[in-house]
Amino acid sequence: MIPQSFQYESPGTLEEAIKLLHQYGEEAKILSGGHSLIPMMKLRFATPEVLVDINNIPGLSHIVEENGKMKIGGLTRESELEHSAALAKIFPIFKDVTKLIADPQVRNRGTIGGNLAHGDAANDHPAVMLALNATVIATGAEGSREIPIDEFFFGFYSTALQFGEILTEIQIPIPPTGTGSAYHKLERKVGDYATAGVAVQITIGDDGIVKAAGIGLTNVNPTPLRAVRSEQALIGKPLTEHSIAEAALYASEDCSPSADLRGSEEYKRAMVAVLVKRMIHEAANRASNN
Amino acid sequence: MLKEITVTVNGEKHTLEVEPRLLLVHMIREVLNLTGTHIGCDTSSCGACTILMDGKSIKSCTVLAVQANGKSLTTIEAVAVNGELSALQEGFKENHGLHCGFCTPGMIMRATELLANNPNPTEEEIRWGISGNLCRCTGYNNIVKAVIYAGAKMRGEELPSTEPQFV
Repeated sequence: MIPQSFQYESPGTLEEAIKLLHQYGEEAKILSGGHSLIPMMKLRFATPEVLVDINNIPGLSHIVEENGKMKIGGLTRESELEHSAALAKIFPIFKDVTKLIADPQVRNRGTIGGNLAHGDAANDHPAVMLALNATVIATGAEGSREIPIDEFFFGFYSTALQFGEILTEIQIPIPPTGTGSAYHKLERKVGDYATAGVAVQITIGDDGIVKAAGIGLTNVNPTPLRAVRSEQALIGKPLTEHSIAEAALYASEDCSPSADLRGSEEYKRAMVAVLVKRMIHEAANRASNN
Repeated sequence: MLKEITVTVNGEKHTLEVEPRLLLVHMIREVLNLTGTHIGCDTSSCGACTILMDGKSIKSCTVLAVQANGKSLTTIEAVAVNGELSALQEGFKENHGLHCGFCTPGMIMRATELLANNPNPTEEEIRWGISGNLCRCTGYNNIVKAVIYAGAKMRGEELPSTEPQFV
């Protein structure tokens, strides 16, 4: 399979890339890791006339802690997230999620920015970013703007990114001690999209009360979903089997999975409940060891 | 519109004019005639087209040739040096790590990076490490044995038994 012909641009600076995106408008697509876009181009589902390759722009790939935030460059590869000691220490969820994204070769190319900007509810980072309360930094001709993750996903392959904007950074607040995070997805085989996936971050105070909880769901809704009622079921009280069961039930009720080869709607709802329970336990366990 | 690119392939520098839509695997196989890199699924699932780009294993069916501009590529053809098999090649040979051989170049290129990053991997790390490479013949056990064998050889340790294991 060969993509339709296109013009290839490989700008060396962000300014140049943004200029090209403005110049070519709807005809242009941004090439980051390319492991969603190039397969779509080979199948001719995507037929951009211009590809703006951002891989040669310096300054878009980093993992740094700064001013109480973990800043991750949009072009940071999955394999870099997977092996980052800085991330593993504060956000063990990154080790969970990256291991389940595609396979090692794909992770050597795929980027976190591309995973989010693709706007696919089946991708794994969106749920993780919801759980971690991330902020997306988009850079365009007018400069940079911050987009809270809750305002980022619009619909199928659709995000808050505007024309000529590039997802340059993700910022995640560093949580207080007593915080743990975990992600798991049920997949039929390596490289599959999730039958269901659940990301949890939880903060438990010294008094045993849950101070904060973030729960994101993968591939069980048209858009990546924050399980709001589940979070509320946990916050402000001690973590008990009862509150965990409540959170699991709410998530399974509030998602909207569609039946496909991976399972029926009921099955997926049931799996959401199971995974919410397990991930809350895992995150709480990690919180107590932190 | 053709683009001029310069790539180093197995230590040799090539300057080529390519169409932007030319896939890297097609450049390797059809322009440079290095047919050891295979095309299996053509959808980045099977790993038969795995090569190293700047030391990192990638699926060359899902990278454009123009993206390799300025990069250094290694394919299966450069793994043996002066006819001497690499530790991994020897491991696959000694442990019957292949039947039909179609997946083998990709397996070896992937395992090359795996052992470079983790010289003494556990069996589980090997199985996860080659999870992007499909073999439809061996059931993977002998491939895992081959990688364990190569790791031991590269570390200069005693080589594990190559006798078949009956479970």
